[in-house]
Amino acid sequence: MNFDREFFNLGYLDRLSYKDTIIHNIDARVKVIGAIAYIIAVLSFPKYAVIPLIPFFSFQIFSIIIGEIPISFIIKRIFVVSPFILFIAIFNPFFDRNTAFYLFNIPISYGILSFFSILIKFVLTVSIIIILISTTSFSGLCYAMRCFKVPEIFVNQLLFMYRYIFVLAEEAMRMVRAKELRSFNKKGLELKFYVKLAGNLLIRSLNRAERIYYAMLSRGYNGNMPYNKRKKLGFPDLLFILIILIMIYFFRFLEPVNSMGRFILRLIR
Amino acid sequence: MSHHIVKFENVTFIYPDGTSALKGISFTINHGESVGVVGANGSGKTTLLMHLNGYLLPTSGTIKIGDLILNKKTRIEIRKKVGVVFQNPDDQLFMPTVYEDVAFGPINMGLDEHSVDFKVRNALEIVGCYDLKNKPPHHLSGGQKRAVAIASVISMDPDILAMDEPSSNLDPKSRRALINLLKSFKHTKIIASHDLDMILDVCERCIVIKDGVVVADGPSNIILSDQKLLEENNLELPLILQRR
Ligand SMILES: Nc1ncnc2c1ncn2[C@@H]1O[C@H](COP(=O)(O)OP(=O)(O)OP(=O)(O)O)[C@@H](O)[C@H]1O
Ligand SMILES: [Mg+2]
Repeated sequence: MNFDREFFNLGYLDRLSYKDTIIHNIDARVKVIGAIAYIIAVLSFPKYAVIPLIPFFSFQIFSIIIGEIPISFIIKRIFVVSPFILFIAIFNPFFDRNTAFYLFNIPISYGILSFFSILIKFVLTVSIIIILISTTSFSGLCYAMRCFKVPEIFVNQLLFMYRYIFVLAEEAMRMVRAKELRSFNKKGLELKFYVKLAGNLLIRSLNRAERIYYAMLSRGYNGNMPYNKRKKLGFPDLLFILIILIMIYFFRFLEPVNSMGRFILRLIR
Repeated sequence: MSHHIVKFENVTFIYPDGTSALKGISFTINHGESVGVVGANGSGKTTLLMHLNGYLLPTSGTIKIGDLILNKKTRIEIRKKVGVVFQNPDDQLFMPTVYEDVAFGPINMGLDEHSVDFKVRNALEIVGCYDLKNKPPHHLSGGQKRAVAIASVISMDPDILAMDEPSSNLDPKSRRALINLLKSFKHTKIIASHDLDMILDVCERCIVIKDGVVVADGPSNIILSDQKLLEENNLELPLILQRR
């Protein structure tokens, strides 16, 4: 069992988020606002919208290129979550059979339109979240959450989870390795072993929690998690969010594809 | 100066499960002294260090740190004076980045932003880790974690530094760097370790504990060359003394 090869590869995601590119260096708060605005804009499109969604992919293309994120990484992760959404959308074509229009003489029903609409909205929103996480350090994200008044206790939970999930994973890995070295491929005890492993990990975490609490106490912890302030938003941050919001507005309300289509049609005539 | 004194008087401690870990420990450590605490596994070193800043309170006997007698009320004050570095740096570094971790203590002490930044920078520069300030702890090597753990304590300007096995898991070069670092501190130091060469190098005085009592207390070079005493305590002569 190798955590580095796991599908939801935490270590890899974590390393991605510490690269040094323009996108990585933009303030986390600004990126979170941008992502939220983007998601709202995408989800607010009507049920049958397909074509007007296409320009929204440009955000992904830009950030993948500038942020040096491997495309395969994002695609893989989208596939992991896609069964759920396929399941939700797959029935639309059967229920909603009225024909919307003909494409090269093939009737396209409203159901098919809404199927693709859901699918594209899903890919857009999930990929933007993946991009957000893989270009922003976790502590930056937590700081942004605090600024947006997410209850402190959740943020602290997340911080500790992030800090110790790697320690815990390593501990589990060591135990699995120790077991494999001594089990000589003998089968049959697997389930029992994993039950014990889970129990053992729990006890270890409880002990560790106590030691961490001690470490916090000895450095003056009094119930409030201290946070140091970060630097103020700079010019690049403001420019970034301005561009993002303008682009979102443009794509959402001015429907550039439609206008372009009309323009091209007029040229042809 | 009397205010950085550490005084144990007949301290006993019994764990909730009935294990009697300290059975009447007495010693006095003066200002600026550096003292090694050695002994076999399970002799009570860690338990003793846990008393130094009041995580554990003695079952009987008294502990005096400076002018304060350790009890439930004074332990908050005492924690500002005594910095403890733990055996496992993963337990000590709990914040998401090195900088935030080292800043944790100073912020809790109520310092303003500017002095927090000054203390953090200073502490990280002392241990030579300022370049790592934006890294998350799980991206550090064992030696770097240890150094940052020390920085997270010295950023609080403690009068007394207590360390549990500071040289464990370090490669020889990092260990040497740690020793030089420890030697450069003017603090009162209390170091529990099995690394007798380091104790000999860093501490002028050495206390040997066995089953929760002090069995020897004196200058390191005398105690650590007493082969019989060391062997009785599951220890060996330090390597530099073995060659003679
Ligand atoms: N949480 C606990 N509950 C009960 N007994 C404990 C606990 N922690 C330690 N002990 C016991 O107290 C005694 C002293 O333990 P301590 O951890 O202080 O030893 P140590 O000198 O630090 O050993 P080592 O060199 O292995 O670190 C041991 O007998 C140990 O079993
Ligand atoms: Mg110990």
